[in-house]
This record gives sequence, structure tokens and C-alpha cells, in this order.
Amino acid sequence: MKHLLSTRDLGRDEAIAILDVAEDMADVANREVKKLPALRGKTVVNLFFEDSTRTRISFEAAAKRLSADVINFSAKGSSVSKGESLKDTAQTLAAIGADAVVIRHQSSGAPLVLAESGWIDAGVVNAGDGTHEHPTQALLDAFTIRRRLHGRAARGKALDGVTVTIVGDILHSRVARSNVWLLTTLGASVTLVAPATLLPIGVAEWPVTVAYDLDDAIAARPDVVMMLRIQSERMHAAFFPNAREYSRQWGLDDERLTALGPDSMVMHPGPMNRGLEISSGAADSAQSTVLEQVANGVSVRMAVLYLVLSGTHLAGEKSVSDERTVS
Amino acid sequence: MTETILVRSARLSDGRSADILMRDGLVAELGTVTSRADRVIDADGLLALPGLVDLHTHLREPGFEQSETVLTGSRAAAIGGFTAVHAMANTSPVADTAGVVEQVQSLGDAAGYVTVRPIGAVTVGLDGTQLSEIAAMATSRARVRVFSDDGKCVSDALLMRRALEYVATFGGVIAQHSQEPRLTEGAQMNEGTLSGQLGLAGWPAVAEEAIIARDVLLAQHVGARLHVCHLSTAGSVEVVRWAKARGIDVTAEVTPHHLLLTEQLVGGYDSRYKVNPPLRRDEDVQAVRAGLADGTIDIIATDHAPHPLESKECEWEAAAFGMVGLESALSVVQASVVDTGVLDWTDVARVFSRIPARIGQLAGYDRGIDIGAPAEFTLYDPKASRVFDTSRLRGKGVNSPYLSTTLPGQVIATVHRGYATVLDGELVDAETISRHSSAQDAGVRHG
Repeated sequence: MKHLLSTRDLGRDEAIAILDVAEDMADVANREVKKLPALRGKTVVNLFFEDSTRTRISFEAAAKRLSADVINFSAKGSSVSKGESLKDTAQTLAAIGADAVVIRHQSSGAPLVLAESGWIDAGVVNAGDGTHEHPTQALLDAFTIRRRLHGRAARGKALDGVTVTIVGDILHSRVARSNVWLLTTLGASVTLVAPATLLPIGVAEWPVTVAYDLDDAIAARPDVVMMLRIQSERMHAAFFPNAREYSRQWGLDDERLTALGPDSMVMHPGPMNRGLEISSGAADSAQSTVLEQVANGVSVRMAVLYLVLSGTHLAGEKSVSDERTVS
Repeated sequence: MTETILVRSARLSDGRSADILMRDGLVAELGTVTSRADRVIDADGLLALPGLVDLHTHLREPGFEQSETVLTGSRAAAIGGFTAVHAMANTSPVADTAGVVEQVQSLGDAAGYVTVRPIGAVTVGLDGTQLSEIAAMATSRARVRVFSDDGKCVSDALLMRRALEYVATFGGVIAQHSQEPRLTEGAQMNEGTLSGQLGLAGWPAVAEEAIIARDVLLAQHVGARLHVCHLSTAGSVEVVRWAKARGIDVTAEVTPHHLLLTEQLVGGYDSRYKVNPPLRRDEDVQAVRAGLADGTIDIIATDHAPHPLESKECEWEAAAFGMVGLESALSVVQASVVDTGVLDWTDVARVFSRIPARIGQLAGYDRGIDIGAPAEFTLYDPKASRVFDTSRLRGKGVNSPYLSTTLPGQVIATVHRGYATVLDGELVDAETISRHSSAQDAGVRHG
């Protein structure tokens, strides 16, 4: 795998292979010495144009467990108008000798631009780009669902027949996009629930079911309910009237948790707004996978960094040039 | 006495074959010419089109000379077959005073490759709050007749009404950049399924259509003339068609890129495809072609928008909007509407020369290539086919969406005011142009 830029590009076999490598990596975490020598001598740069302590430390832990050298580069606010350009930053990292760049960027498509630019020859891992994709988050979510369902027997399995309901700000969510593509590729049925203001135009053509009413969606008892974080700035841009109304209509509160029943997982990519999109009761419930998601995130990112840096070719993998849509 | 030029055996847009003799800046003889000339151009197999007139060009000077100058933009125009361009007002300082428009005009005259007609800003600093000195510009040496805040929309309905009325006072026209600003805050590409998947903020068609609908109704109410810049959606075509059916005095333009390219190109986040208005769906491309064919859309205009390399060599959202278009325009028009049977070459002469000149009130283009008419034309080889690359560009910008693609046709020669600006597919040098241009000016003064 040369890069990981999106889940839309991942084939089913390829996705399962990544999750299986992540299972191997998870085993490392149970050892007394939580470290493998696999990436000794390799340099991983965490290039963050946007603050995200959680994602950065997860990638950092993953790289360190594989014995890679890690450099954290915070380039917040960089752009053509405000200081150093993506090109100059990339060429600087190339000169330093980065073998892989983990990039978080506020602009959709920036990881693809970086990967295809010729400015740097390193493997590129998308750690979240604008409102486009966050592929390692979707992989860790799929990994978490698979582990909850199958435990130690998860290897080799997909998510056929699993029902997943994603609730909240789909329009601005890279987590939702990456999950839609990956979970459906793995055979899951995905339902999106949100007010129409927070659903993108054209969502009818996505491979999902769209609904507005959370109570109806919960009554269907999906295997997974995934709550998305609501950004406070959305309230000031007329997407919904205020936090109270949003919470009443689309928040997972204690009553809805009860209605959901004990067999459904409750997921959240974090950080949570407790009391807004999710109640503390739901967040801390036995169904909640929030902390497992964090732990699994390290395993999944270990797998991705290992596959990118070792140049392992996965079954069903496409080349980057095949993935581009140019007419 | 200026050089006489004889063009042998050119094919006119109506299919006739003719020799064309130019003397003192005019077409002196047409048909079978036996007179001698200082220079003979063999045009066997070449199409003679009246000089192209661009109603929508960004020459960037004054203020943004790193992107383009009046001279470099004029050279890009000439190599594209143009003999006149209208320079948009979004310079720095903005062309909102007589001083700036006269400066742009005189820079164009000094360059000598094409006629440069300045467009004046509708509002001071393009700020959309106060009318600029429209009368001063209209009565200046530049005699401005087209006014536009292009790049920005005159979105305030009352101000637009007043602007339509006030400009009518001087026989001018408002060229509106139709973009509802609130509906396009942060917008990056056409809003639709693709923008949702790419995670790029959508630019809805309604943001263009709503302004056009409002403006045609305002134009009707006050009895003024309106020109719609770079219309890009099927809905906009419908609105203009409806307005024309009601007798509203509106004209509309479409760019070559909106006749050929679709939003699918944005899939790779290549910022060369980032443009305002954005590339639309295939249905929209078909609709603007149909609108051009049935006369709903009156003209083609390039919206040539050069940018320095660093403004495009970056992530999509940081990149500037715009494409260069002068050098590729005629080839793109051939590929999109001529080779597809939507227009014939007579239609091209109409929508890319006669009518844009009429909208801009530029004299000399009404009769096309005709005895006694100013010698403004281009010789074009429609059978040529070439991979379009940066060696084809003559302006400063290389932000062309056509690089590495194969385009039909090539401009072989361009004649402006009776002297050649392009010969054998290459620009005539600036010194020669300057000499010819001064000789013509002297001739005009003494003649």
C-alpha cells in the first residue's frame, strides 16, 4: 500500500486485510513490552495543519510501538496567504528524509494533492482532510464493530448484514463519509439520520438509507448507533435553531438509550459533547465502545503505517492513478 | 503609407473562397485580386474569420502585473485570433475612475496587438455600496460603455436597479457577475452529488439563477439593458430564454470552458479546474450549447483569468479561481460546438465577433470581412490537431485546464488594423507591432 487517502478507494479484500493486520498489532498491546522493531530507522512525520491532539497522539503511539522515529510538525494556519505553503512544507519534509507523512488538513483533498504532487516521495496517510475523509477513523470503527461481534474469531470476517445508523452532522463530517464507503464495502447497511440542513445535496445517490427521525431509527434496533460531534459554530449558521432543540430531536439521551436496548453498540469518534449529541448515561453505558475505539485506533494506525512503510501489496489493491476520476 | 497585405485563397465563414487585399487598415479588395501587395499570405485551406472580440478579459494591469500585463494579455489575445478585448475592472486600483480606464486604454494602444476597451466598475472599489463615477468614465477618452463589478456580484437589489438606470443614461450596459453571495459563502465547486462526496462546499445553481431572474425583472421594470456574464447552468438558460420571450433587453455570454468541461474534472482536486462560476454537470454543458444554438445565449467570452503559479500550486481551497483562455478559446469552441454540429463558422463569427462588438459598442465589426470594413480578422486552420501545452501560451499565466490534452485547430495569422500581429502561427515581435501601430495612428490623423 503506497498511500492511504480514502476508504472510497479500498476494495473489500483490501479492507479486510488491513483489519486483520490490525488484529496482529492489537496482540502487541497485550505483551509486556508493547513494541515491535518493524519500522526501526523509518521516519514518520505527523503533519498537522489543524489541531487534533487525539488523532496525533494515536498516530504517534502507533509509530512508536513499531519503533519508527516520529516528528510532529504543527503547521496550523499555513496556506498561501498565511505563511508557508503545502508545497514548501512538503519539500522541507522530503529534505529532512520523511518516509511517511501523516497529514491532517482543513482543506478537502490536500492529502491527494500531496501524494500526487511530486514534491515528496513519502507514503501519505490521510488523518482527516476538511469535510472529505478520515479513513483511519472508519477503519478503527469497523475494527471495533467486528471485534464486538466476533471477539477473537474476527479475522477474515466482513460486516455483512450489520446495520449501522450514523446520526448528526453528515454534511460536514469526514468521519461519516469514510464510514459510509467502508462499512458498505464491507457489507453493512448504513442509515443516516439528521435534519435536512445537515445532509449533503445528492445524498440520495449514496449507498445508504436516509431518515430524519431518530426515534424511528432507534425503534429499528440497529446493531450500531454512531453519534457524530456537533460543532458549536453550526448553530450560528442556521443549520438548526439551538442546542436544546438539536438535542431533543437528534441527541442520544437516556430514554433513547433504553429504547435502543442492550444489544446495540453506541459509538462516538470523540471528542464528545456530553449532554448535546450524547448523554453521559449513553456515553458511559455498557453498550458504549468509546474507549475501545481509542484503543483500537492505535492498532489500526499501526497496521496502516506498517503497510504503507513496508510497501506490502494487499489483495485487491488498486493503484492511485486508477482511482482518480478524470473524464 | 502602410504595408499592403494580400491573403490568397482563404475560405470565408460562409464557405466562399476569396483573396483579401488590405490597404491603409481597411479591406480594399475582396474576391479575385490581381493587385500587387507588399506581403502575400498563402491561405489555401485556411478559414478567414472576422477578428474575435472578447467581452470578458482580465488583463490584471494596473496592480497585478505578476499575473498579466496589458501587453502580455494582448499577445495572448492575438495568438488566439482576437483583435479586440474588453479589460475587466478588478485591477488595483480598481477601474472606477476616468484616470484608470484611460491608463488601461493607452497601455493597450501602446502595445498595439489588439484593441483594448476598458470596462468600468459599477461600484467604487467593487464594494457594492456606492456607484462609481460612471459618467466620467463614459465621457473620458476611453469612452467606456460596459460596466461590471465582475468577480463580485452587484447583489444589493436597489443598487442594481439604480446602476441599470444610471448606466442607461449614457447608453451603456451593466455586465453582471450573477452570484448570490450568501448562497455561495466558502463555495468551492458546483453543488451536487460530487461536491457532497468530495467534501467541497457547494456552489448551488440557484445562486446564479436567482440573481439572473431578479436582474431581468429589474431591467424590464426600468427599461434598461442587461448583460449576463458567464452563464453556466441549465436553469440560467431557461431564465434568459423566458426573459427574451417577454421582450426584456438582455444579452448573455458563455465561456469556452463551460461549453466543454464538466465538474467531473474536480475529482482529483486539481486546482486548474477551479473557476468562478464553477464547472457544472454534463446536463448544464448540453443546455448552454443548446442556448447558444437557439440564440438564448448571444456570445462566447473567455473570462481569461491568469494567476501566478503559486496561486494554483496548492491545495484546492487555497487556490485562486480562474483559468487562462485567450490562447485556447477558438480551439475549444471548435471542439465543443463546431465539431459537434451545434454551430457553423458563420455562427462563430456572429457569437465571437459581431455581437460581442455590438454589445461593447465597438465600431467596425458589423459587416465582418467586407470591402471598406476595417481589416480585423484571423486565419485559422481547423484541420490542425495539437497537444495543447505551455508552449502555446503567450500570456504570463499557465493555469490552463487544457494542458496535455489534444485540441483541434490553430490560429495561423491575425491581422489587426491592417497589419499582421500573428504570422505563420507565431506572434510578430513587439517592435514591429509598435511601428505599424504608430504608422496607422499617423495615417488616421492625416487621413
